[in-house]
Amino acid sequence: MQATRFPTRAEGLADRMTGFVAHLRLNGMHLGPQETADALAVLAEIDATDADQARRALKVLLVPGAEGWRSFDALFDAYWFNAGRIRQRAANAHVRTQSARPMLWQAHLCPEAGAPEGAGETTPGGGEGEAEGIDGRLIATRTRNLRKRDLRELMDEDSRRAAERAARDLARAIRDRRSRRRHQAHRGADLDLRRVLRASLARGGEPLDLPRKTRPDRPMRLVALCDVSGSMTVYARVFLAFVKGLVAADTRADAYLFHTRLMRITPALRDHDTLRAAGRLSLMAEGFGGGTDIGGALTRFAEGQGAQALNRRSVVIILSDGYCTGTPERLATALARIRRRAGRIIWLNPLLGWQGYAPVAAAMTAALPYLDAHLPANTIAALAALEPHFAKL
Amino acid sequence: MTTTPQADLKRALAAAGYVADDTLVMALHLALTLGRPLLLEGPAGVGKTEIAKALSEVRQARLIRLQCYEGLDAAHAIYEWNYQRQLLAIRADGAGEDSLFSDRFLLRRPLLEAICQAEPPVLLIDEIDRADEEFEAYLLEILSDFQITIPEIGTITATSRPLVILTANGTRDLSDALRRRCLYAYIDYPDRDTELAILARRGPRIEARLARQIVGVVQALRREELEKKPGIAEMLDWAAALAGLGINDLTEDRAALRATLVCLLKTAADRDAAPPELLDRIIGKVA
Repeated sequence: MQATRFPTRAEGLADRMTGFVAHLRLNGMHLGPQETADALAVLAEIDATDADQARRALKVLLVPGAEGWRSFDALFDAYWFNAGRIRQRAANAHVRTQSARPMLWQAHLCPEAGAPEGAGETTPGGGEGEAEGIDGRLIATRTRNLRKRDLRELMDEDSRRAAERAARDLARAIRDRRSRRRHQAHRGADLDLRRVLRASLARGGEPLDLPRKTRPDRPMRLVALCDVSGSMTVYARVFLAFVKGLVAADTRADAYLFHTRLMRITPALRDHDTLRAAGRLSLMAEGFGGGTDIGGALTRFAEGQGAQALNRRSVVIILSDGYCTGTPERLATALARIRRRAGRIIWLNPLLGWQGYAPVAAAMTAALPYLDAHLPANTIAALAALEPHFAKL
Repeated sequence: MTTTPQADLKRALAAAGYVADDTLVMALHLALTLGRPLLLEGPAGVGKTEIAKALSEVRQARLIRLQCYEGLDAAHAIYEWNYQRQLLAIRADGAGEDSLFSDRFLLRRPLLEAICQAEPPVLLIDEIDRADEEFEAYLLEILSDFQITIPEIGTITATSRPLVILTANGTRDLSDALRRRCLYAYIDYPDRDTELAILARRGPRIEARLARQIVGVVQALRREELEKKPGIAEMLDWAAALAGLGINDLTEDRAALRATLVCLLKTAADRDAAPPELLDRIIGKVA
């Protein structure tokens, strides 16, 4: 809890109330100046000298949801009775230490240009085996799969078109069939009586034209979160092409990269100049470290503006192998939060295509209950083959 | 000593059969004095809907209820023209446009109904999280201006401001815009004493010892990992079932007790999660 000292020199109630609202805001409640004014107005309605009454009234007015409901009493005491605890100001701003592993992802994105700058920030020669649960099997496959491809190939016409086609087909396959509203249509089960009547007025009340209405299938909005950590390097190219396809196919789609940080890449992917897009992506990729903090990245997503735009007609697609340095609980909490807003969550896992792979990684086990589908995907062809699965969702 | 308006409201609610805690009473009091909508959240079966009923009884106001569901649209929530009657009217007496779009052919749905009352009613918008986002946005407009525009007639302004109560189960997050317009109260399962008071007021006539046992078992079950925790309604059902079977002491007749558990545990998984040993342990504790 962030603590705010009761301002000893505050002048009058308005000042103190402003401080209180700021104190709540500091602790994660979204409150504006209007709420401060409302809070002062509320105190006029009750016996403001009774602390319990004031506490209840402010709680009812200011708390926006169930999460704040539980913490409000402590926050109230902390501010008005100076019962707060000041958090140790340590290990907060710079918790993310640079990993000792080379920036594989970055080297992969732009081998010519990226490598020299990138090399300065990382400590080369770090062990391959540490971090995010990379086991021997994965490394073995990486060397097998690692072909000489770079970001220019990501923007190569053929694969871009293939990825776009796959993405478009998938986007089309996911339709919202639950709509119960009806829309006017040429053919449909029901008469649109409102229009029938309107049309009949021109003919003296004879209903000659019979407009109809039907339940439309509506496209779902896709939001893709693509893992580009070290363990995903091999697949990042395919996935990025796919994500680019998704974003290009649908103007409402949204895309993010994550690693230890989360980054919105939709504007970069929408750039029509493919070379400039590649440059922008490379710039964004810079500064990426080694480990994957899926839980942290998803938490930031769930807290940010991106999640605000989610609704029941959104599908969140997570492209990741599920190897995570964060705690599984954090991942589960973040997914639960996204779950409450989004219609579906689909996890595309490149490892799932492997024979004998079982999602035993702690993060994956924690995530499974929140997923509508956990599907294999490692090439564009494999992604295209998912269409029937998507149609079933 | 208790002469505050909140205390009066609390007593009135209790007289109407609703046992409310102080925070909830404050929420209702502020909703009444400030004229703002009140959003109630909480698990299923804690009496969110009952509040609106009790409040309408206290205020002697009409209760208008709008049950939300997925795909709820303006035609079902606000107004609709009675097309069949309109067509008939055209054919039968050649009604002109003025008379066609008159009050006679207007079907008032709950929201329009609520703002057209002479006396302010209680408007209950139940399970708002089941309706889709479009409807939520539409509701915002009505809740802030209390007016509805019908193209054929014009704008209808509220004759009285209804007291709006919204309930949500948390099946999805509500938009911040809606939350900011509402006062908020989270209703949790009641504590032991409150639940005993509710049972005494709403339940069948039973002995105090049995009441304590019933509440004890239900409270203990809520602490278990259940899919669907028993709410107040389930507790009252169970009490009625036990009273109907003539059971006076839970420790006496274990078989009948297990048979009546269908009132409390409503999924197969939950029935498995509460094996006889667990029940014996719980009853041993509360007896």
